[in-house]
Amino acid sequence: MQNMRKIRVLIAKPGLDSHDRGAKVVARALRDAGMEVIYTGLRQTPEQIAETALQEDVDVIGLSILSGAHKTLFPRIMELLKQKDLTDVMVFAGGIIPEEDASELKKLGIKEIFGPGTPTETIIRYVFDNVPERT
Amino acid sequence: MFDEKSLKTIEQEQRRWEQTTLQNWLKSSPERKKEFQNHSDTPIKRLYTPEDAKALDYMRDLGFPGEYPFLRGVHATMYRGRLWTMRLFAGFGTAADTNRRFKYLLKEGESGLSTAFDYPTIMGYDSDHQMARGEVGICGVAISSLRDMEVLFDGIPLDKVTTSMTINGPAPMLLAMYVAVADKQDVSRDKLGGTTQNDNLKEFFAQKLCIFPPKHSVKLTTDIIEYCARHLPKWNPISISGYHIREAGANAVQELAFTLYDGISYVESTLQRGLKVDDFAHRLSFFFASHNDFFEEIAKFRAARRLWARIMKERFHAENPRSMWMRMHVQTSGCTLTAQQPLNNIMRTTTQALAAVLGGTQSLHTNSFDEALCLPSEEAVTVALRTQQILANESGVVNTVDPLGGSYYVEALTDEMERKAMDYIQKVDDMGGAIVAIEKGFFQKEIADSAYKYQKETDEKKRTIVGVNDYNTKEEECPIELLRIDPKVEQKQVASLQKLKRERNNKKVKETLEKLHYAAQKDENLMPTIIKTVKSYATIGEITEVLRQVYGEYKELIVV
Repeated sequence: MQNMRKIRVLIAKPGLDSHDRGAKVVARALRDAGMEVIYTGLRQTPEQIAETALQEDVDVIGLSILSGAHKTLFPRIMELLKQKDLTDVMVFAGGIIPEEDASELKKLGIKEIFGPGTPTETIIRYVFDNVPERT
Repeated sequence: MFDEKSLKTIEQEQRRWEQTTLQNWLKSSPERKKEFQNHSDTPIKRLYTPEDAKALDYMRDLGFPGEYPFLRGVHATMYRGRLWTMRLFAGFGTAADTNRRFKYLLKEGESGLSTAFDYPTIMGYDSDHQMARGEVGICGVAISSLRDMEVLFDGIPLDKVTTSMTINGPAPMLLAMYVAVADKQDVSRDKLGGTTQNDNLKEFFAQKLCIFPPKHSVKLTTDIIEYCARHLPKWNPISISGYHIREAGANAVQELAFTLYDGISYVESTLQRGLKVDDFAHRLSFFFASHNDFFEEIAKFRAARRLWARIMKERFHAENPRSMWMRMHVQTSGCTLTAQQPLNNIMRTTTQALAAVLGGTQSLHTNSFDEALCLPSEEAVTVALRTQQILANESGVVNTVDPLGGSYYVEALTDEMERKAMDYIQKVDDMGGAIVAIEKGFFQKEIADSAYKYQKETDEKKRTIVGVNDYNTKEEECPIELLRIDPKVEQKQVASLQKLKRERNNKKVKETLEKLHYAAQKDENLMPTIIKTVKSYATIGEITEVLRQVYGEYKELIVV
């Protein structure tokens, strides 16, 4: 197990909103849990997010959004990941995302959506349990 | 405030009490925790006595309301004279949607308007820009041009209401549009009352809605302060904001210190325009959060007033007492609201609002109980407004000025808050000022550390959040009706914007934009030119683009 590489996570903030408190706290919590975390800052376009995921060869993407634009931006991100053949990357999300939207988004392949008040421990455990195995 | 003999007696008696009554009591009933602390890690003692207030000099440190150092309030009679302004932040959908909400709030007894703009407007993009997709009218109202602004204030006489606008980068454009609407309504400029947030410094480390680099952002902020000092005597050109600093994760001391430091920076930048401090300082206004720790928040508001008064007098040599006034708007803390058991948020908002009133605020926004889930519904916003009306009319807390003045506990906290904030101010002074601190990531790092600590404490249940990490036994269906923004808003807004772009005098638009480009290069005060530009129906996006070409665009410094 010594040579197992660290889990690589991209924490990305699509949308124009600037509420990065959650994204940063999650980034730091995953890093403290021993993962390699890449946080690319505010207002990333779907194109930038997919490109970073490819370049950085990540296992997991965490999307954070509180602007309400998830219904426009998340489908686009999932589409671009598919185009880049990154379907094995596990995608989760967090922010202000109403329940009924969450179930729609899960159909697109977003594995889990964490609402406000989720303990960081829950997210860490979820990532460890669901990270896709490398072949 | 006590003579030495009484202090000595009290001290002896306290020792006796500790050894007898207290010890006996603790034997049978130990305290729930070893240590008690407030949110900024100040240890809280079991009991406060005159001993804790012995260093206070009443006339130096408290004084009388309406007089230096304004600890007890900026006005002599406070709420016995006039209640605070009940101002609820509102904005969603198209200008017509928000115009309807404004009229509803005014009808229900609100005393001032407060405008929330959508993200594209805030970032200086027109509704039809690629970056605006999915964001139009979602988190606020979409305003792309003077045409939208005319609809937003249709039927609202601008000499009868005051309007606050939460806008920073594009503040010159929005203020220019407000002036243009007033001109159309034949309201003279000396009658226009309201506030532009216009605090660009805090954007770089707290709210992070930055368009231009720090130096140029401060230039635009200062343009508005200078323009208002000369032409809009009743307008508050800036609302120096701690709210976003707190919401980003800062504790109360950091909120206070960083906000006041921003204030210091704007006074300095305005003095460089050749104005005297007493020409403009009386129009500077402030904006704080009211978080959960009740007494800590009250102490923060009181300390803020005293500290600002001292800074204005001692550092800037203001002479007019009004220049030393800290007038503040307070908003209850959005980040304390929970998505779980949302009705509990009404109680949180009530205690936070009460702290703001006991702290002597001039204006107050109460959050709606559904805001961890969506933008406020009409029902939720009504409860939020009624909360303020109940505090004002039923609770009796308005009957006397600064009711907690002289409380051993509150005075000790107030002192401590001021002292700790001064330490930070000194530190940033030594660093070379706010812009240097931003470029070094100092504020960002301080805030990120506090935010992480807060979350850790919550995760480890050192901090109880009712309905989230405790008292959360039952699985619940969301019990409230959520506001949904009509998905056609974007389409409607884009269509009307494109119609405007076809129908306006595009030659005139081009001319005014060229003049603006020229003025921006010359580094003159841009307000007069921007007023002319918006009157030609040039859009926010077009104007921002001209300024982006001249000033460049800010690249975020990422500090995790």
